[in-house]
Amino acid sequence: MNFSSDLNTSDRISEMFRKLKNESRPALIPFVPAGWPEFDATIDIVKTVEKAGADAIELGLPFSDPLADGVTNQNAYYEAIQQGTNTSTVLETVSLLRKEGIEFPIIVMGYFNPIFTYGSARWVKDAKEAGVDALIVVDLPPGESNELESAAKNSGLHLIYLVAPTSNPERLRHVANYASGFLYCVSLTGTTGARSELSSELPDFIHRVSEYVDLPLAIGFGISERKHVEEVGKLADAAIIGSAFVRTISEASLEERSIEIVKFIRQMKGEDSDFS
Amino acid sequence: MKTSQPDAGGHFGDFGGKYIPETLMPAVAELEECYFDAKNDPEFMNTLAHFLKNYVGRPTPLTFASRLSDFLGIKIYLKREDLAHTGAHKINAALAQGLLAKRMGKRRVIAETGAGQHGVATATVCALLDLDCVIYMGEEDILRQSLNVFRMKLLGAEVRAVDSGSRTLKDATNEAIRDWVTNVRDTYYIIGSVVGPHPYPMMVRDFQSIIGKEAREQILTEIGQLPSICLACVGGGSNAIGLFYPFLEDDVRLIGIEAAGQGLNAKHAATISKGSPGILHGARSFLLQDNWGQVIEAHSISAGLDYPGVGPEHSWLKVNERAEYYSITDLEALEGLKLLSETEGIIPALETSHAVAFLSKIASELNSDDVVILNVSGRGDKDMSTVANTLGVADGS
Repeated sequence: MNFSSDLNTSDRISEMFRKLKNESRPALIPFVPAGWPEFDATIDIVKTVEKAGADAIELGLPFSDPLADGVTNQNAYYEAIQQGTNTSTVLETVSLLRKEGIEFPIIVMGYFNPIFTYGSARWVKDAKEAGVDALIVVDLPPGESNELESAAKNSGLHLIYLVAPTSNPERLRHVANYASGFLYCVSLTGTTGARSELSSELPDFIHRVSEYVDLPLAIGFGISERKHVEEVGKLADAAIIGSAFVRTISEASLEERSIEIVKFIRQMKGEDSDFS
Repeated sequence: MKTSQPDAGGHFGDFGGKYIPETLMPAVAELEECYFDAKNDPEFMNTLAHFLKNYVGRPTPLTFASRLSDFLGIKIYLKREDLAHTGAHKINAALAQGLLAKRMGKRRVIAETGAGQHGVATATVCALLDLDCVIYMGEEDILRQSLNVFRMKLLGAEVRAVDSGSRTLKDATNEAIRDWVTNVRDTYYIIGSVVGPHPYPMMVRDFQSIIGKEAREQILTEIGQLPSICLACVGGGSNAIGLFYPFLEDDVRLIGIEAAGQGLNAKHAATISKGSPGILHGARSFLLQDNWGQVIEAHSISAGLDYPGVGPEHSWLKVNERAEYYSITDLEALEGLKLLSETEGIIPALETSHAVAFLSKIASELNSDDVVILNVSGRGDKDMSTVANTLGVADGS
């Protein structure tokens, strides 16, 4: 499949969810900060992630003050910035990934200031050209940036919004008005980071969300084990795995990184790993 | 520009707003509702007034600084927030927010602190009102403000050291927000300055504006005229906005002094003077950042000014040219500290010392009948080890 640049790239996101409907399993979306662990590591990591059978990648745009992230992602962001990763290099990386034949959705997740400083409209234009399908801005609630919102809308780039267990009906209605692509349900009140158990409130929370939103639902924050992915599969359409994946990468030696990534993703998908 | 009220979303022009994770959105909405409700509740306002008078010791005096006035050739009045309970203006907003926490039924209070003054004020209020208290403080600040750390612990607060990033106020604020995101249901976050998401900048300003309200009445009683200048230091900017706000519609120059640290071409904390618009800690405002929007570590000898952001209302006052902002280096601030100590017998906080130093720098450009109100935001006891280390004990004696 070859997407030309004038084709609406949002197709990749809807296509992913359409395909998965028949497989009755949630999309598996790992998260990794761009430009980390080494400045040029991202290309190989994402290629491996796609080959291993993940359904999309969420690339972190590093920020110096990631106040919704736990310590695992904070440290990774810090290292990425130290190594020279910035808004421009992240977009260059995405562009390279597309040139190298990566076809699954690429979602960029970050904080607003680097995008604001780059210029919201300029970022959307360049991201679209590079091959980004969606953007998640952790600290930008819907309605706070007209410039980013209208640029995204006009270009067909999905702005993915988040809802949290604290979101009341009023907030859910508000977010639903702006949502596009899918909705990111934060599994707990807290920062990113691996947890041993998912919140017991999760089923109720997801049930409440689905009353207000027709879009596919992704669940993220704290998902780190196969049993979590299974739970998510019963409730929603996608599982986003951040810190646990970041930790897998940081604990693997450079030589074994690809093997460990494949093992991790197969394990999360519930496939027997005979790779090693 | 006459008034300075934010719109419904908390925007002062292009600045302010609510740039926070969705988890916190219902919490700030609840806080805003509770704040407006409390403001219109005579019982709440009476309770606050009672504590401000009988516990904090307000009104604080407006002291005519006769020797400093003679020395600089202008008329200088000192608004004595250093005489408020706990030794700085921070108690004004901490007390009011502690009462709000109670009203909202929150049992647990968190706060960030730089110089430790806001931490001490918060710990004090929590002891007074029987609330659990956790204070986030950068490791670097814990070292240079050990006296205040001890005070907070004595008051029953838990002080959590923050070792990420620059290990100062910015990082303590990140960590406090992370705590808030996690414990939002039972926790009230007492923000120490006019920063953060709406309604904090407006609400903290309202609570601190008692400084300017009193000063305005006091100067009119004392000399029957308004001052020509109101002067205060600016980190996040709460003591400055507290003084400025009641004078906004008057023909009075409002001057805020930022920390130039080691110099404006070296490491500094002069956010308005040298920064550019950006988003940090929930609001759009001027920010020290690199070309890619990464926040730059600030530097100031004064922990309370060592912050790369500034309150959104100050950014708004700056672009509307209603207030002026200048900066003073670490070394100049030390001179300011010595000057006020020697001429008036008042050892000011290093934060305040920036404003004192600026006044001595520009005094020659002013007229002898110019009247200046200088906000003494806090007392200098907490800074004695920093000052002694920098000046040398012999010089400082």
